Amino acid sequence: MRKVACIGAGMTLFRRRMLETPKEMCWEAAAMALDQAGLTIADVDAVVFGSAPDAFDGIHMKGENVLDGCGGTGKPYVRVFTGGGTAVFSPIAAYWHVASGTFDCVLVVNEEKMSSCQPHAQSVFGYIWDPILDRPLKPNLVWIFAMEMNRYMTVHNIRYEDVAAVAVKNKRNAVAHPCAQLPDPNITVEDVMNSEVMAWPVHRLDISPPSDGASALVICSQDFIKRKKVKSPPVWFSGVGWAIDTTFWTDRDLVFPEYLARAAKMAYKQARIDNPRKQIDFAEPYDPFDYKELHHMEGLLLCKKGEAPKLTREGVTQRDGDLPTCPSGGLLGVGNPIAATMGIKVGELYWQLSGQAGKRQIPHEVHTGVTNAWGDLMQFSAVAVMRA
Amino acid sequence: MGRPHAVQRRGGDARMTPEKWPGVELSAKEFYEKVTSVKFRPEAKFAWSAGEAMSRFLAELQDGRLIARTCRTCKRILFPPRMFCEECFRPTSEWVYVKDTGTIETYSISYLDLDARRIEEPIYVGVVSVDGASPKMGMMHYFGEVTPETIKIGLRVKAVWEPPEKRVGSVRDIRYWRPLREGER
Repeated sequence: MRKVACIGAGMTLFRRRMLETPKEMCWEAAAMALDQAGLTIADVDAVVFGSAPDAFDGIHMKGENVLDGCGGTGKPYVRVFTGGGTAVFSPIAAYWHVASGTFDCVLVVNEEKMSSCQPHAQSVFGYIWDPILDRPLKPNLVWIFAMEMNRYMTVHNIRYEDVAAVAVKNKRNAVAHPCAQLPDPNITVEDVMNSEVMAWPVHRLDISPPSDGASALVICSQDFIKRKKVKSPPVWFSGVGWAIDTTFWTDRDLVFPEYLARAAKMAYKQARIDNPRKQIDFAEPYDPFDYKELHHMEGLLLCKKGEAPKLTREGVTQRDGDLPTCPSGGLLGVGNPIAATMGIKVGELYWQLSGQAGKRQIPHEVHTGVTNAWGDLMQFSAVAVMRA
Repeated sequence: MGRPHAVQRRGGDARMTPEKWPGVELSAKEFYEKVTSVKFRPEAKFAWSAGEAMSRFLAELQDGRLIARTCRTCKRILFPPRMFCEECFRPTSEWVYVKDTGTIETYSISYLDLDARRIEEPIYVGVVSVDGASPKMGMMHYFGEVTPETIKIGLRVKAVWEPPEKRVGSVRDIRYWRPLREGER
């Protein structure tokens, strides 16, 4: 397979409500990524678009609706969809477009507009549940997280303040992100612990906000960089992986995401990583809820089962720590326009590893980063390892 | 020195990081009162066939019983029942009744309803693994006759059924699961 790099990234502000239409947001992010790479749309061979359920926008087959804003007109164009996992999965789709030799340069655009859904995006989250087994119980999506968080905390005997510390770290990190929706330089563990109980053990400040936003990446081959004399610094994809577990989610132990461990092992094998904790310098684990960062650090095999809260407590995961996690500010701080969080996951790996993260730049040497995104009915994960 | 490695290697400061990041934020007031928007309410309605396994499962619920399917190859007792084993990828073998007792695997105490509206009386909800099925196999359901102090992971519970004339062939034919009483097994 050919070597594949990211050579540019772009994103819009993440906000509760945006003036721009989905198509306009796509264009803003895509144009910025192309500008950064020093390219125009004419240099792009194919386009990959990623977005979460159509029901948020209320536009069925929204891939076609936003096509023009993604620069896909007249080109090979495809939409991929793995729920929240799309944030890392659509760049993987672009990766295989290029690694296979089918295309030299691919533009990836991810977009989400959750403000269109009234009165709250929560009501259409209800449509992901099984219609026979689950929906008669009138479930709320927060229940999933509450049940998983309780199982995780109880089995490993984890204190709530160690979970809340993740929300504090990420919302503080987000102060340095120019697109952030919920940065807070002064937030404390007490603020999180004293926030409203939504579905115990989940409190309001444990949750990332619904957001509007778009992000884009330019992904290309090594040959393309030489041929086009690309000046923008490349960051290489060294391993990718993805896996999904059964839809019968009440048949497995929620304490550990086995599907993520499987996806991580696939990516690490390709990246020749046999000791993730030593060989990986920083991570952007998917953090729609604070405990999910801990859950995903363990699923990514960055620590032992139940050990992630200890690393957080000891400051290891701070931006200047030994294993910074979510230096972007994550979904908790920057916002959660589901698929568009690509900009703070794979996008952050790109900006950190190419030294373009500005005030967010990790203050010591980093060569290798890993990120994951998680989706569907808490059963899917996509993983990408990138190197400078 | 003192500059991040990647910045040193590239030999310069960030050439990106634009002055102004794209996007215009709207306040709730602007969104609902000022900016032109278009409203739409979909009128889609659905009726799902429950399928071979779930139709039998629902009929048995109406009779006050829980039923599973066995897989001869992996020896699992699959609950909820299914007509094929997703691991062995072959047809499942036989119908078998399981008990209406089980263990709380996890739970939440929810102050939110379906539309994220706040509710006064919390909903106790979680996963109960069912006795007689393979380990960890169960269903999501409500818990009752519990308090925040008495509910816990590992608690043994039993189904409380609707009276027969009120059952309709739904998971709601079980009202909730309550703690096992002394002497019950």
